[in-house]
Amino acid sequence: MDLQPNDFRRMSVEEFDTTKLLAHASKQAKERGYQRFPIVDVDSHHYETESMSEILEYLDDPVLKQLATATSRPNAKNARIMNTMVGYQDMGGRIPRYGQRSFEKTPAGETQRDAALTKRWMDAVGVDVAVLFPTPMLALGVHPQVEVEIALSRAYNRWLCDKILAHEERLVSMLYLPFNDPDATYDFVKEFGQKKGVVGFLITSTRYRPVHANQYMKTYALLEEMGLPIAFHGSYHWHDQAQGMLNRFISVHALGFVWYNMIHLANWIINGLPERFPKLKVIWLESGLAWIPFMMQRFDNEYLMRTSEAPALKKMPSDYMRDMFWASQPMEITDMGLLKETLRVINAETQLLYSSDYPHWDFDLPSTIYDLPFLSEEAKRNILGGNADRLFNLKLGARKLAQAV
Amino acid sequence: MPEVFVSKIGDFAEGDRRIVFHGGQEIGVFHWQGNFYAYENLCLHQGGPCCEGVIMHKVEDVLAPDKTWIGQKFSASDAHFVCPWHGYEYDIRTGECVGNRKLRLKSFEIRRRDDELYVVAG
Repeated sequence: MDLQPNDFRRMSVEEFDTTKLLAHASKQAKERGYQRFPIVDVDSHHYETESMSEILEYLDDPVLKQLATATSRPNAKNARIMNTMVGYQDMGGRIPRYGQRSFEKTPAGETQRDAALTKRWMDAVGVDVAVLFPTPMLALGVHPQVEVEIALSRAYNRWLCDKILAHEERLVSMLYLPFNDPDATYDFVKEFGQKKGVVGFLITSTRYRPVHANQYMKTYALLEEMGLPIAFHGSYHWHDQAQGMLNRFISVHALGFVWYNMIHLANWIINGLPERFPKLKVIWLESGLAWIPFMMQRFDNEYLMRTSEAPALKKMPSDYMRDMFWASQPMEITDMGLLKETLRVINAETQLLYSSDYPHWDFDLPSTIYDLPFLSEEAKRNILGGNADRLFNLKLGARKLAQAV
Repeated sequence: MPEVFVSKIGDFAEGDRRIVFHGGQEIGVFHWQGNFYAYENLCLHQGGPCCEGVIMHKVEDVLAPDKTWIGQKFSASDAHFVCPWHGYEYDIRTGECVGNRKLRLKSFEIRRRDDELYVVAG
């Protein structure tokens, strides 16, 4: 069966090749001269469930390990120990790579398959270093069993460190924190904070835990002391009562990926966490950018009237937001004037970080940044790589690691 | 304007498509319901190979006379080709982006010479 019906890039399902799919992106990379500067992608993904058999080997609890392994037969990709989300990311087959991905061949050898596939698209689009995250585990924060969230995420983190980060100069990660358990969250930072390739820690935002709870302060203090950023990654949850009123996936996706980050950001600022942990770097991932000026205006306006409800603040809410970092994807680009103003109010030249979200359906190429007509060449290079290089202390400098460009 | 050979007409099945090159340009040619259409294989969104995606009939809401929603159906007449990168949909007969018909792919003239099909590039 052919799913790519053309002459020169014709691919049967069994021959699916990311390099061919992204040939136009490679052309963009050459035309725009990406070989002149490094590009860092601060939010990309792999499908960890395709390596689930390996990951389950890292489970400590023998009973849970047996349970997880048994319920994963015959196909570990469908491990039933994981909670799943209702959703239609592949648009009913309109985005064929979702169905084709598992057929893509990688060379036998030392390179782990997820790493090989990731570096393949990185080379195609000109990305030198990628911050790699899981995919189905983005929903683990609403797993009904907190102990399973802890166990699976610890197994995943150990697997990622052992199998990928230890061997790959171009792949780093901010590791999953089991935020539903504050003590385990702290223990994870202790266990993984010094591992090779760990450049920070991640809270998957879809969950029902307020970030200002006192139990988390020791973790924030530890992260600040270690100089590691904390990131919040958006997602959706159609079982959330409010999102449950939305009848189409477009609506759930558009609002869901922003909703939880809005809640966490509000709590983070109004409870004065930036004053308590002034050196802790905070990053917001995969909520796009349009929500930021809304939050700035909304909270500035209310803060001036209700200042006594946020006594820890020493400046306007938007001023704290301007100290934070923002990942670009999915960058709303339908009104160039609004986008220009958004980049202005967040001081994009130092605070905006390019992110692709590849291979997900709404990925952004580096050209979404490079082609913006109102940015200087220096600003483009900062957003595409320089800001992340400094934030994560990658020491890239001018080095270019992508192969294709 | 240079003519670029596409296919023998008899070899170009209904519902199929071809991608042809001219210089650095890629042109997608569709054979749809007895007609041929040619568009630049470059998505107006982020430059994806839009002409290489799946062809799907337009999705339509079905409303009752009292404006209540009954369900959805596929159009019997209108079809779209879908950019495989992000899902931008284009009208196969016009090259218009169906989400915003002010956006339209560059189109190319089709010429038939005996049993051969050519596209006028440039």
